[in-house]
Amino acid sequence: MNKVIERLRRALPSGAILSSVEELKPYECDALTLYRQTPLAVALPADEAEVVMVLGICHETGVPVIARGAGTGLSGGATPRAGAVLMSLARLNRIVALDPLARTARVQPGVRNLAISEAAAPYDLYYAPDPSSQIACTIGGNVAENSGGVHCLKYGLTVHNLLALRVVTITGEVLEIGSAAPDAPGYELLALLTGSEGLLGVLTEVTVRLIPRPQCAQVVLAVFDSLATAGQAVADVIAAGIIPAGLEMMDRPTIAAVEPFVHAGYPLDAEAILLCECDGTAHEVEEEILRVEALMRRAGARECRVSRDEAERLRFWAGRKAAFPAMGALSPDYYCMDGSIPRKRLAAVLQAIRGMEGKYGLRCTNVFHAGDGNLHPLILFDSNVADEVARAEAFGSEILELCVREGGSITGEHGVGIEKLDQMCVQFGSGELETFHAVKRAFDERGLLNPGKAVPTLHRCAEFGRLHVRAGRLPHPELPRF
Amino acid sequence: MSDMISLRERIRAATEAQRPLLIRAGGSKDFYGGALAGELLDVSGLAGIVDYEPTELVITARSGTPLIEIERALAGCGQMLACEPPQFQGRATLGGAVAAGLSGPRRAYAGPLRDFVLGIEMIDGRGELLRFGGKVIKNVAGFDISRLMVGSLGTLGLITEVTLKTVPRPHAECTLRFEMTQPAALESMTLWATRPLPLSATAWHDECLHVRVAGAEAAVRAARERLGGEIVSGADRYWEDLREQRLPWLASAQELWRVSLPAHSPSLALAGQTLIEWGGCLRWLPGPRDASVLRARLASLGGHALRYRALARTEGPFQPLPPAMLSLHRRLKAAFDPRGIFNRGRLHPQL
Repeated sequence: MNKVIERLRRALPSGAILSSVEELKPYECDALTLYRQTPLAVALPADEAEVVMVLGICHETGVPVIARGAGTGLSGGATPRAGAVLMSLARLNRIVALDPLARTARVQPGVRNLAISEAAAPYDLYYAPDPSSQIACTIGGNVAENSGGVHCLKYGLTVHNLLALRVVTITGEVLEIGSAAPDAPGYELLALLTGSEGLLGVLTEVTVRLIPRPQCAQVVLAVFDSLATAGQAVADVIAAGIIPAGLEMMDRPTIAAVEPFVHAGYPLDAEAILLCECDGTAHEVEEEILRVEALMRRAGARECRVSRDEAERLRFWAGRKAAFPAMGALSPDYYCMDGSIPRKRLAAVLQAIRGMEGKYGLRCTNVFHAGDGNLHPLILFDSNVADEVARAEAFGSEILELCVREGGSITGEHGVGIEKLDQMCVQFGSGELETFHAVKRAFDERGLLNPGKAVPTLHRCAEFGRLHVRAGRLPHPELPRF
Repeated sequence: MSDMISLRERIRAATEAQRPLLIRAGGSKDFYGGALAGELLDVSGLAGIVDYEPTELVITARSGTPLIEIERALAGCGQMLACEPPQFQGRATLGGAVAAGLSGPRRAYAGPLRDFVLGIEMIDGRGELLRFGGKVIKNVAGFDISRLMVGSLGTLGLITEVTLKTVPRPHAECTLRFEMTQPAALESMTLWATRPLPLSATAWHDECLHVRVAGAEAAVRAARERLGGEIVSGADRYWEDLREQRLPWLASAQELWRVSLPAHSPSLALAGQTLIEWGGCLRWLPGPRDASVLRARLASLGGHALRYRALARTEGPFQPLPPAMLSLHRRLKAAFDPRGIFNRGRLHPQL
């Protein structure tokens, strides 16, 4: 047997190390299923001491380690690598402490996102970030990817809802990052670790902020005959000084796909619908809903419906929530993109994406977080048809590059993983990429934690040939041309 | 552009000669952090708002821009900086505010300055001009270097431009006043924070609690009725004085300690006066005080302390870092500033 597996087996209790082909199969990919790889072994530590042991053995033997939560990530952040140890944190699944008066919960990384809100519910508190996978995804993965969700327009991303982390470095040191008391001494490592995609350390504990549950919520469903007017309505709501709890857009193909499933009452002939949720006290919601409705109508909404009760509010949302699964009826496969752009460019970018459909011979539907300019184009394809995977990937790349040109980003909330490595070369120059590598080395000198993810090597960018030229300087004059 | 080129050349030359530089614009925080050392790199000329799009809730400005100028531009469009950073008699600049990471009264309810930083442009120790983050609200491409810069006191590089998220000004605001002992005030602040109330600031001192509520008219009215207390007129001045540490004994204290504690922490029962902010998480204590005694007391509560202001800076004002953290800090510093030229000793004697 492999020496590393042997050492891991000796150090951890029986059943904590998997290495047979059948046992490894479920771990060969995360939710980015296009990429699969079988790891050397899977480690299932049950506490921090075991995490330290696994990392210690890997560090000593020079074997790469990839941390994994629930495997719901869409960018391949937890895709294994041949010869590497995949460390699942699923067994670290305890809520360590919940203090309703301090409004904090201290949880292990394998605790599911929704389980935190469920535990806080008796105190009328909840954990705000709500990625759409929240019934399954874990807080450890949320921190690693800085996950967002429908309500982050008003309540922030994961990074805005964290107080402290316990992190084990590749050398086995345990670090306390951040603090339940404000403004922890030293560098702002909490923000640096959040969204670092498992490249800097492995989480063993997360302290999150809980917030009081709003007394009530209502939704305005606004119907538009053009994407441009719907985009304008989004800008108008924000310009009026309103930060809704959620502001989501669905385009015509999405409406057509979801309505037969959920019967939410979406008009099938609309070009776009907006769902705008307001929450707070009853008076506050009443006041805000009136203002939102007036703004939507002034922007050109042909119809506005306000949810009359909780059942109707949930029905309005049902279509939005079912959008991704409903695509299964339209197409055998879909590819979910995640670019972000300034809100004012929404209509133009959506039109441009529509224009690309002909070029790639594939359909693309759009359902996304309009309020914060975070697009989720879904490219529909069939992996059984020759070259459709390649066309879908090329289509996706063009969308992301358009996002960068419009002043946005190649990823709003899903992370880079392995999926968007090439697009990183478009968004950043060699100086920034070198800085990322230097930061990585400060934490992990030998590059053993989740290698090959999140930050491309300069050679890869030179090969990709798209590294942007700044101020007339040729990128990487030091590198050979390919 | 030419000033950028000359700044980069100057930094590159300083690194080559291993000559320490002191980054400074308004000088409003000369009193803060470790003692000033190095050749002055005055960046006050690096000023001006570059881009402000009210409908995007985003503003970009050069780092030497006075905060007061930014607040004025935002106010003109019904917006503001959510965390109310102190302006230090109008001398504070955007770059300095980010480098120091100090937030004002709204911090406990709206989030720290860090939360609102979307992007930065900076020059590292090699003289490289680098851009991290961007001008969009959601962006998770690459490590979050923009937020890493918050509170680094210029030790990682020269910030040349900052993009911040802005927020709409509340439609209504009201300050309530309650006569209360410290334990009663701590209990009230803790309890109210667990309820869906539109709190935007709290402060207790001299046996009196001030509470500011802000938001939609209806929400403010409902909160006022629920909380009770006496309505304070002209309260803007009070919160401004608090933010600028101009309240009587705070302003006159020659040594001032800034104590951070987790929410729901008890009264510290220390001799002397106390001013409490942020729902109980921030406590101002006049000095002098024995640093190790105070820090030992706080450690048991999960808190930490910073000597905010002092007559003489003989020792580092910040809470010391554990050895593993300090060595990580030194490696990070070296990643940005390999020869250690930027703001030596400002954040930590060994950085």
